Order: sequence, then structure tokens, then C-alpha cells
Amino acid sequence: MSDQINDSRRSFLSKAAIAGSITIAPGVFLHQTAHAKPDDQAVSNDTRWGMLIDTDKCAKGCTGCVDACNNEHGLTGFGRPETDTQYIRKVSLVEKQTGHEISLPLMCQHCENPPCVDVCPTGASFKREDGIVLVDKHICIGCRYCMMACPYKARSFVHENIEDQTLSAPRGKGTVESCTMCTHRVDKDGIPACVEACTEDDHNAMLFGDLNDPDSEISKELKKHGGKQIRADLQLNTGVRYQGL
Amino acid sequence: MTKRFLRISLIFTGLIMLFPAQGIADTPFPSIHEPEGEGVKCVKDEDEMRRNHMNYILHQRDKTMREGVRAESDSSYSLAKCINCHVQPNDKGEVPTHDSKEHFCVACHQYASVQIDCFECHADRPQKYIKRDQSPRALKQQLKEVLDAKDMGDAQ
Repeated sequence: MSDQINDSRRSFLSKAAIAGSITIAPGVFLHQTAHAKPDDQAVSNDTRWGMLIDTDKCAKGCTGCVDACNNEHGLTGFGRPETDTQYIRKVSLVEKQTGHEISLPLMCQHCENPPCVDVCPTGASFKREDGIVLVDKHICIGCRYCMMACPYKARSFVHENIEDQTLSAPRGKGTVESCTMCTHRVDKDGIPACVEACTEDDHNAMLFGDLNDPDSEISKELKKHGGKQIRADLQLNTGVRYQGL
Repeated sequence: MTKRFLRISLIFTGLIMLFPAQGIADTPFPSIHEPEGEGVKCVKDEDEMRRNHMNYILHQRDKTMREGVRAESDSSYSLAKCINCHVQPNDKGEVPTHDSKEHFCVACHQYASVQIDCFECHADRPQKYIKRDQSPRALKQQLKEVLDAKDMGDAQ
């Protein structure tokens, strides 16, 4: 995929944006630079989108994030939990010794070195410049190597004909799919549906932001309190981090 | 000898090809729903769209998915926009699906014997004609939007 954006135009636009921000008043910025991608420009690796999940705040039995995701992408089940698509699921962990129970949402971890991309024979599984891992369903042949490669069991295969898709999530039989970190929202300065739902329900267990921007809320929180990767031993450098594990 | 054989076979091929051409001429051109309303115009001329519509959308899809370019401009095309204008309820008030010959895309593609698989994944009707089970959250969201709109109205 060639970069069709004119470099000089890009640098002009970014300079213009800085100049615009400065002239208003010193110290007052109209917008956060983390979200400043003009929507006619390609995503770049200046940004790396990530999520931080605080399992202490994640309510047991609450499926707000899952419902919001299903609703956003029009994911309807066929009453067959073994094969029905799930972008995000709730997982409970119980420590046997103490009986302490932890509840957390698990989805595509948007790895920096994604195994699903490594094994894809067609190039359908790919990582966007801003770190979001996606499936190009136009190229996917449905071999499901990526599903086997993923240590998080994050991907689903569509087994049955699907009708009435939403605009933001075209999906059909014979392809693999997974969490898209709501690219359609993120590209328009929005936040993923799951994070929005969690915040709306006043749980505030999920935080979304730019890991590359040291001033973003997520980076500050990570710097202060840290965040664990699930299966950190695999050295995938996941974009989704957890606290309280 | 070879030349003669070639000439005869060419004449035969020509004759054979004549017959299906006759067949096509007998098939009525599909009736296509024209978007209604004054000043409603397609993004390109009809002839251009008939020939090259697939190229416009193909280019767009990679830009959108791989590069995240979602800007709306005069040069942006989308399958959803085609559907929104061209797929409309028929006289009985039914919105044709991609199983039906009445569907805008299907009508022509069937006529031209070109099989497409766009609608294996993409919605074949405008979103407003698709009925979905409303989740409690979606209903709450709708209510919020209505109330917000009302607040805006009151403020003005």
C-alpha cells in the first residue's frame, strides 16, 4: 500500500496546526494533539492507540462493554456460543488459595508484534500504522491460521450467512474477524464503544488513549501505576494493558 | 492448409457468436430505480458510472480501511451512498434485498452476467430500512439524542 499523502502538504498542515494553536493564547490549546489527525490524512505511527483496564473497577456480572460492542457492530448470535462471533468477552479468574475473584474484559490485545499477522498467508491480517490490528476481509480466505496463532483467543470465524450488517462493520460468512478498536469512531476523534459504555455506567474501568503521547491520560496513568500485559512472556508488546491482575 | 482451416474456424466462431448476441437483444434492459428529487445527481455521469463504478469504490476501500481516511469530500465515493440513493422501496413498500431481481445492483449484474459478492458482507439496503432488535443501551442512547435535540430547541 503506497503512501499517497504528499509529505510537504502534511508538514505544512502540521505546522499550520501548531501556529493556529499558539496564536490563541499561551498555554491554551484548542485541541489535544493526540487526536489531531485530519480526517483526510492517513494514520501514522506517531500515534499508538492503546487501552488500560482496571480490573478492580470492572464490575462482576456487568456486561456493559460486551453489549455495547455487539450493538455497535451488529453482532447477533445464532444461539451457538461455541461459534458465535465475539469481539470482546468477560473473563473471570478465581485465585484458588484465597477465593479472590477478578473480572475483566478480554479482546484483541492489538500487539506490536502480532502473531496473527505473522502467520496470515494472504496479508489480510495486518497492523495499521497506529497500532490497530485488523482483518482485511476482502483478502481473507478464511483459513483461520490467525485464530490458532492468537494467544488470546480473540478472533472469531463467521460460520453462517449474515444479513443486515451495520455501516461500520461489514461482515460475512467465510472470513475471520475481531475487535477493531472501533476504528470508525477513533478515526473521527471518538472512543471505542466499550470504553464509552463503561464510562457511561460509572465504572470507569477502561481508559483509551495514545500510548506514544507522554501527556495522554493513559500514558500518565501507566507511568504512575503501571499496567500488566497478559502473557508478557511472549513479548508481543500488547496495546491493551491491565491493572489489578 | 492450416490457413484455410483457420479461416473456416474463424467464420464458424463468428457465426456462433452471432446467436447469443441476438439473445441479449431480446432480453429487456432492467428497469432501474432513478433517484427522485430535484437536483439529485449521481457523483459521476451515468455512462461513466456504468463502466467504472467498481474502480471508484475499490480505491476508496483500501484508503479507508488500511489508512483510516474517512473524510467526506467531492472525490469520495462509497458503496453505502450508492445504496442509500438507489435502493428504495417498491410500489408495495417493500425494500428489495440482494436476492431479488428488483435490487438496483442485482438487476444490472444479472443482465450482464456478472456475479458480485459485495452483499455477502455489506448491507444491501439503506440502514433506515433495516430493522434491528433494540438493545436497552441503544434505546437509552436514542432517548438521550431526542432529549438533547429538544434541549437544543428549547435553548434557541
